[in-house]
Amino acid sequence: MSALRTGAIIALLSGLAWGALGMIIIGVTFSLVSGEAAIPPVGRAIIAALVGAAIVLATPPSFGERRRLGYSAAAILGVMLVLTLGQPFGLPLSAAPLLQFIALVLFVLLVAWANVQVLTGVPVGAMPRYPFESALIRILKGAGLVLFTVAVFLPFYVMVMTSFKTQASLLANPLDFSIDFSQGPSSLFRSYTDLFREFNFGIYILNSAIVSVATVFLTLIVAVPGAYAVARLRFPARDLFAQSVLLIYMVPAIVLVLPLYAVFSQVELRNTLTGLLIVYPATTIPVALYMLQGYFRGLPAEMEEAGLMDGLSRSGVIWKITLPLSLPALASVALYVFMIAWNEFLFAFMFLDDPAIFTLPRGVASLNSSELPRELMMAGAVIATVPIMLIFLWLERFMVQGLAAGAVKG
Amino acid sequence: MSTDAQELDTVRAGNVSKAEGPPKGAGPLQRREARLAYAMLAPTFLIVCLIVLLPLAANFWISAKPVQLADLRPPETNVSERVRANAVQAGDTFEIRYTIRNSSPRMGLSDVAFSDDVPGDVRMVLQDERCTLSDNVISCVLGDLEPSARERITIEATAERDIEDVEALLEGSDPSATGSGGNVLTDFSFTFENFRRVFDATEFWNVMWVSLAYTVFGTAGALVLGLFAALLLNEAFKGRAFLRGLFLFPYVAPVIAVAYTWVTLLDPNSGTLNAILLQMRAIDTPINFLGQRYAEFSLLGVPISFPVALTTVIAFEAWRYFPLSFLFILARMQSIGVDMYEAAEMDGASPFQQFRFLSLPQLAAILAILFLLRFIWTFNKFDDIFLLTGGAAGTRTLTVNVYEQAIGLSNIGAGAAVAVVVFFVLLTFALIFFKFSPKEEG
Repeated sequence: MSALRTGAIIALLSGLAWGALGMIIIGVTFSLVSGEAAIPPVGRAIIAALVGAAIVLATPPSFGERRRLGYSAAAILGVMLVLTLGQPFGLPLSAAPLLQFIALVLFVLLVAWANVQVLTGVPVGAMPRYPFESALIRILKGAGLVLFTVAVFLPFYVMVMTSFKTQASLLANPLDFSIDFSQGPSSLFRSYTDLFREFNFGIYILNSAIVSVATVFLTLIVAVPGAYAVARLRFPARDLFAQSVLLIYMVPAIVLVLPLYAVFSQVELRNTLTGLLIVYPATTIPVALYMLQGYFRGLPAEMEEAGLMDGLSRSGVIWKITLPLSLPALASVALYVFMIAWNEFLFAFMFLDDPAIFTLPRGVASLNSSELPRELMMAGAVIATVPIMLIFLWLERFMVQGLAAGAVKG
Repeated sequence: MSTDAQELDTVRAGNVSKAEGPPKGAGPLQRREARLAYAMLAPTFLIVCLIVLLPLAANFWISAKPVQLADLRPPETNVSERVRANAVQAGDTFEIRYTIRNSSPRMGLSDVAFSDDVPGDVRMVLQDERCTLSDNVISCVLGDLEPSARERITIEATAERDIEDVEALLEGSDPSATGSGGNVLTDFSFTFENFRRVFDATEFWNVMWVSLAYTVFGTAGALVLGLFAALLLNEAFKGRAFLRGLFLFPYVAPVIAVAYTWVTLLDPNSGTLNAILLQMRAIDTPINFLGQRYAEFSLLGVPISFPVALTTVIAFEAWRYFPLSFLFILARMQSIGVDMYEAAEMDGASPFQQFRFLSLPQLAAILAILFLLRFIWTFNKFDDIFLLTGGAAGTRTLTVNVYEQAIGLSNIGAGAAVAVVVFFVLLTFALIFFKFSPKEEG
């Protein structure tokens, strides 16, 4: 093993990783953005990147980072152009020349830069274990960051871009996500205007908002006193109660949905938003109670005792001391519950038949039909995703706390 | 008031008995505190009982009953009226035919009766002894009606004047019907058929294995991805906050949005991923990621059938839920002190050794808890597979089977029987986990 522990191995891995990743990602992005059917030559890109890595390795450290970068980039560009006979993306240079030029420059610079980052201070020959592993980790981390970002980002990119295309153009070239701005906004946003005009998506947004906000309030109204009791008051079976709350949370929704479906059908709660407003809080109260009692326990009891001594009632203590102190926790719980209610699919799908009272997930589900074009479904998905994303980005701190505390749920 | 007096008494008694040692049992203040606590917990308790525990019990009840989806609508008496004549003249006779039907194909009706207004210009001749006529209202009593049964009552009528459209005149008044049917949900008919169906089906063990594979690999995948992501973002660098936010997107977005996006992305005809792979010359023909049960190929001469759709839904599960593990593991990593790593550096530990012998043991507890919780939740998961494949192409898990039996095949009882199986498998897992998990978790 230690015989392999050389700078040359690092350079080899670095060239392999960056050549392949760089070409695949930049080549595919170029295809998606330009709409040209590029054929990224991955094998030749790897060779070019290996040459670049070898040059970084060969140039003495006295050259300085900028000079090594320049030499390496020039070599990568040269090798690339020679090996691909002047077609770095498998296309004549005249196809989308500006974008192709940008893509080529990006590829060359990024690969050269990544090689320099990994190989700075790495000798050609044998290396001690510590710097060898550090260099290896630099490759792994860089490649990991790129792969994770692409894997997370690509589906959302496809979701948004598909909503602006038409079924016909997608079938003709599934890679073409270039947006034709010349068609004017009314044609560009056709899927969205269709959804709001013909499919009542305005009402669905309203329904979802009403259900989610009402669920948050109902949950907090019930869970706050319960959590306070579990956190502060002493009573027999307190620990048992605190633990069984979490156990309740493990009961799968699919086991509850059939009996609730049967009973709600008979008492005519099934096809109503009231029915959802009975079920949603019931599924969120246990976790809200669990999260809140954890927070309440962390608050200093002395302040509440002082309040009691000064003549406040219990409810006064909760209202005037405990709740103001736990606003961050309340915000986290509220956001978490809001997210659950906004995204909930199973109950909405099983209970709601009447298009006038669909929530957004139920509305998007109704777009899944072979008679309706794909871009409508994707536009619906975007409409369902954007509000929760905006809230998430706006209040990310609270949301992350809520997720971390409540993430026992899936 | 009397309880207050009693409490006072107890207080006095307590004071008196001080000489004999501290008071035993609950004092009045303690009892008052407990009462307050119970009052504050009552709404939670009530709602959880009504919407969680009661349905859970009801599920067992339904699983032993012959309930079809159609039975959820109680049986009704339907009456329709037909008149076979249009324009009639005074003295003409014509037939009025009432058809009484039990709407339920499976449950009988009892005390069936109906009544209908008769216009003054029409005289009825009642031959059927089940019917009576009074004050221009005809009412008939039929008694019991078998499931799906149909009864006809034909009445001869005579017009007393010329009527232009006798059909419209008579059918203008809707007959009103009564009848009481049993409710299959609350009666005492039981069956073992549901469980027999569930366990007899040759696919049951198949479904079971798919569930286990999905749960084990989905959980492990999400955990490993979460661990990698946390390692990537453990050290501060420019853009880390942005990436942390981005990495949470799959979990925060509605499941329906991301599932349908994957369906679009993986479509064999217009999907972007297939197009990319084709363009890169990585594949020759598009792969039906969500529709193909097995891909057959041979590795070193050994034929292998690779479950394509199942792997895809597992990949989706790992993709969608890695953010949770990521958050937890990252939080744990940030709380590990740096001095331990500094000491390890002094001792010459390499980066991989530091990870293996310092980080991993520190993370072991959180990884175990995460695995446990995610395992149960992945097993419970329904939405993801249902939206991706609908349970087709060898991806039917137990939870999807609940829906398939209950709604797809309209047999609520069989669906509930599968749900009972889900519950017991889950209970088994929970017991195993609690037996073998470290006690400190809490």
